[in-house]
Amino acid sequence: MSHDSHKQSFISHYIFSTDHKMIAKQFLLLSIIMACLGGFMAYLIRWEVAFPNVPAPFFGLVSPDKFNAIITLHGTIMIFFVGMPFLAAFPSNFFIPLMIGARDMAFPKLNLASFWLTFTGAVLLVASFFVPGGPVAGGWVGYPPLSASSEFAGVKWGAALWILSLAMAFFSSSVGGLNYLVTVISLRAPGMTYSRVPMTVWFLLGSAVTFFFSVGPLIAGAFMLLMDNMFGTGFFLPAKGGEPMLWEHLFWFFGHPEVYVLFFPALGMGLDIMATFTRKPIFGYKLILGSTVGAITLSFIVWAHHMFLSGLNPVLATPFSITTILISIPFAIIIFCMFASLRHGAIRMELPFLWMVGFLATFLVGGLTGIFLGSASADIYLHGTYFVVAHFHYTLFPSVFFGGFSGVYYWFSKMYGRELNKKLGLLHLVLTFIFFNGTFWPLFRVGIGGMIRRIADPSFYPQYQQFANWNIFCTISAIALIASQAIFLWNIVWSMTHGPKAVKNPYDSNTLEWLADSPPPHGNWGAKLPIVTGDPYEYSKPGEAKDWRSQAQNL
Amino acid sequence: MKKVVNRRASSPAVTRSEPRMNPAKLGILLFICAEIMFFAGLISAFAVFRFSPVQWPPAGQPRLPVQITAVNTIILLLSGVTFFLAFKALKAAKDNSFKNLLTATAALGLIFLLIQGVEWIHLLQFGLTVHSSIFGGFFYCLVGMHGFHVAGGMVALLFVVTRAWQGAYSSKVTLGVELCRMYWFFVVGLWPVLFALVYL
Ligand SMILES: [Cu+2]
Repeated sequence: MSHDSHKQSFISHYIFSTDHKMIAKQFLLLSIIMACLGGFMAYLIRWEVAFPNVPAPFFGLVSPDKFNAIITLHGTIMIFFVGMPFLAAFPSNFFIPLMIGARDMAFPKLNLASFWLTFTGAVLLVASFFVPGGPVAGGWVGYPPLSASSEFAGVKWGAALWILSLAMAFFSSSVGGLNYLVTVISLRAPGMTYSRVPMTVWFLLGSAVTFFFSVGPLIAGAFMLLMDNMFGTGFFLPAKGGEPMLWEHLFWFFGHPEVYVLFFPALGMGLDIMATFTRKPIFGYKLILGSTVGAITLSFIVWAHHMFLSGLNPVLATPFSITTILISIPFAIIIFCMFASLRHGAIRMELPFLWMVGFLATFLVGGLTGIFLGSASADIYLHGTYFVVAHFHYTLFPSVFFGGFSGVYYWFSKMYGRELNKKLGLLHLVLTFIFFNGTFWPLFRVGIGGMIRRIADPSFYPQYQQFANWNIFCTISAIALIASQAIFLWNIVWSMTHGPKAVKNPYDSNTLEWLADSPPPHGNWGAKLPIVTGDPYEYSKPGEAKDWRSQAQNL
Repeated sequence: MKKVVNRRASSPAVTRSEPRMNPAKLGILLFICAEIMFFAGLISAFAVFRFSPVQWPPAGQPRLPVQITAVNTIILLLSGVTFFLAFKALKAAKDNSFKNLLTATAALGLIFLLIQGVEWIHLLQFGLTVHSSIFGGFFYCLVGMHGFHVAGGMVALLFVVTRAWQGAYSSKVTLGVELCRMYWFFVVGLWPVLFALVYL
């Protein structure tokens, strides 16, 4: 492989680049743009719930039909066009080759295709605002019969565009996942045995594998849904002899593992950050990996816990409750290993570490409230309430934003060659933490009180009047939470151009990416590849002069 | 902070490069895995109806052509056999029989697609369409998806056949043939399952 730093035109460097680092940055930029869109929608949703029938500033009145479309697209955008690119595609592309000592991905052109597929998907989704009938409005889970025929929802082209846009996202993440897997298996640097692969890489792979093996049935379901919408089959339409619950099975077979697809990268990055800032090895490297394999396996047989109230045979509820509660065990092991990793550590309270702690603290709430929903008896009461909304925002927001930001704050200097402003970063963290909890913690209370989600105008229901003040509180917190993200945007834009120049290895970290220049050149390494001679987490080794030891000594 | 460090790590001698699998083969293998999950989803959706207590196939729908498709199944399986033998011939440096067997594989694949197409036209004439019933919808989706994959395999196969007659392969240079073979075995192996579930 010859990767001489040749001159590239603007288009081949910034747009149709096959360099994994540029593609990663493209994914990052796309996810930030889509997050702004999704965040604006979140604001509209919260505004309408707190101030029903009052026109929202910068938008106008959120009428019930618009409300339905907005909650649907908020979910779709945040999961497939923010979560997936920001947490899976961006770090996988940037850090897998660097951390295993490769020069690029195994299939750089496939990587290029992966980005442009996601981009096309995002364009199609945005385009669905402008087609006759408007965008799809049946909820991001797309339950039939509402989603299967334009007779019911009055949305034909919007539904088709939504399915096509998701198809693009699925294909993008599938070819991406294939690429990451092949890269790690076949392109590791000499000496990079599997037991020396850093946690970030392992968990990004776990994320890719989980996605890869769960998305197939959903693609099949989406294909059938598209046939229902466009060619008049009736797979999901009872009137034509179809079975709407079939979609729910296919959807949640993917939907539950998808949570882990978005959780694993945050966990992996968190473990690497933990080792660096506690200056000691990860406790239970193999135990964590074994638990993860167990969790992935179990994640494929828990899906019906989303369907306890769907008309599922009640006999099936018990086994699915049991598998759901079982899946807490491997995650508990991982979390306890993380606590044990903190013990006796020489903790450096740096920004990425604090973000990672914020991730753990908030995710834990999401994980624990999941146990209530996974148990059929409790779920019958809580299903479809704001408790569910609070629960999954406590799992996804910490993963995507706290976890994702911890990664960005950790590696920003590696990516752009300049340092982020730490004071602004701390302010960003404190405000995000406060307002995130302010937004979603009261929703547990509102949900237990019985308030049903997906209601545009709660003032219509007298029994929800008691929650009006809580809803206003949540909405104000949500607006503040969204506004706080401007600090982050300002910080990266300013630091990219004006930040102090970064050194190669600012945190005395062992893993290979810190041996490359900041930012790494095309091809990552100079003339020779790193030759790996050590573990990623050899910190504070007794008898050594310094408390760290790079994985490769030859660069 | 004692003995937390991995022992192997301290020996700098471990610098050997592990045997790495060919990336292209691994890529195709993973791609096939994803395809299997896709068909598993489609087949399990089909099975919900196929094995439900409701009469299957529904009354008033045309019967499927079982005999001719059984013959067609044998034709497709034969193409798998010829591909297998073609690759053996290539490995044994029997260049002519490699080319002939590979061409035979492509020919058998084309015959399979042709017969499927003719049968589809018959069924459409008899009134079996995607929206005539769930039965029709599943028939065209499952069999059609498989046909689409065979057609995709055909494109790859015709490419490999052309390259073979140009003399691009030898007992040492086999990668293109191997990749095509992996995918072809997948579409051939999938068909008997679909035949048994949909037709029988
Ligand atoms: Cu779940």
